[in-house]
Amino acid sequence: MTGAGPARARVDSAVARIREAVARPLRIMEVCGTHTMAIGRHGLRSLFPSDLRLLSGPGCPVCVTPGSDIDQAIDLARRPATVLATFGDMLRVPGARRETLDAARATGARVRVVYSALDAVELACAEPGSEIVFAGVGFETTSPTIAAAMKSARDRGAANFSVLPSFKLVPPAMTALCAAPDVRIEGFLCPGHVSAIIGTRAYAPVAAAAKVPCVVAGFDPLDILEGVAGIVEQVRDGRHEVVNGYARAVREDGNPAALALLDEIFEVDDAAWRGIGVIPRTGLRVRDAWAALDARRRFGLPPPAPDDLPEGCSCGLVMRGVLVPPECPLFGRACTPAAPVGPCMVSSEGACAAYHKYG
Amino acid sequence: MCLAIPGRLVRIEGDVGFAEFGGAERRVGLMLVPGARAGDWVLVHAGYAIQTLDEAEALESLRLFEELLADEPGATGAP
Ligand code: SF4
Repeated sequence: MTGAGPARARVDSAVARIREAVARPLRIMEVCGTHTMAIGRHGLRSLFPSDLRLLSGPGCPVCVTPGSDIDQAIDLARRPATVLATFGDMLRVPGARRETLDAARATGARVRVVYSALDAVELACAEPGSEIVFAGVGFETTSPTIAAAMKSARDRGAANFSVLPSFKLVPPAMTALCAAPDVRIEGFLCPGHVSAIIGTRAYAPVAAAAKVPCVVAGFDPLDILEGVAGIVEQVRDGRHEVVNGYARAVREDGNPAALALLDEIFEVDDAAWRGIGVIPRTGLRVRDAWAALDARRRFGLPPPAPDDLPEGCSCGLVMRGVLVPPECPLFGRACTPAAPVGPCMVSSEGACAAYHKYG
Repeated sequence: MCLAIPGRLVRIEGDVGFAEFGGAERRVGLMLVPGARAGDWVLVHAGYAIQTLDEAEALESLRLFEELLADEPGATGAP
């Protein structure tokens, strides 16, 4: 990695702390796909002792979206006078039928890429004769922005706007992962921008139930190295505390306005995670008072089903931290970014794509 | 998908504002940061400010994000 001056000295010091604290094989999970990308891009793995293993986890919202949700989005985009609005990340991920939104668009389905859920509300106001359905994918960073857009749509009387919900909650999924018998995670590097919303206190139940340190980190290489150093030192000392290593953006109670809005529109529900299965209480359901904005109820669609991954794909094991991508037999051979097999290779923040790009 | 970028709010019109990102101005939703005022720094994700930052924090984040975003075009975190 690059950098000089005072930052360089802090990097060296963090690396030295890590090397000193890791005295046996350790497995820690970085959870967030943006962390996975940053770790790869800056070559941070090469700075760690060989006994320290970083696992990628389920932190790419696109990768964990069930194929049935993508199929439903495609079907909606094919309905007459209906437009499916989505973030660009969703376009290339195959659904359960192995079809993508991108391919559907090429054959006439109405798919519109937007930067923001607010843009989709604008679209609804501009095209009152169309149904605008927004593909509601994301963790706690993104779901409040979509909740805000739903509220704007209601305030502005945009009765033709709805959301196809596929939201996931990070901390309860972390606890569930740790409870699986084949998973061994000894510390979590917690996602910075999810934490800007939910606050550090949301990890207290994870640290207590799984008895593992949880350190919130930003996305700069230094943030990540110092976060990892804090985790391995806690493990060495037998501690399992929640630590905020990203105080620039994260407060203990997160963003109370965003949390209140989430609670106004959604309630906690079970969620289907692609390749992992249904994890109780790790998703969000639209409250009955907002049912008119829930595309699944509006169009009479069935709930998401946890579908199987393509034959031979190990994304489920990668996202649960059992394997690292190069341990998948297809990695780099039958499965590459140019010809991806599973969602972790398609999505730019998928663990397999990150490993393939940066090694 | 959870990238967020610091920008400075230059003006506010109801529950949307206009924030400056390295010279470019973009519209951002402010519903999640009800206390934000013109001149404040905010962290922006998917078209919405998700947190307010103090100036020193914002400048520090900005320096770090520029480095992180150098070769990551088209991610969802675009303001
Ligand atoms: S390398 Fe490809 S097939 Fe293997 S787990 Fe990753 S995405 Fe799935």
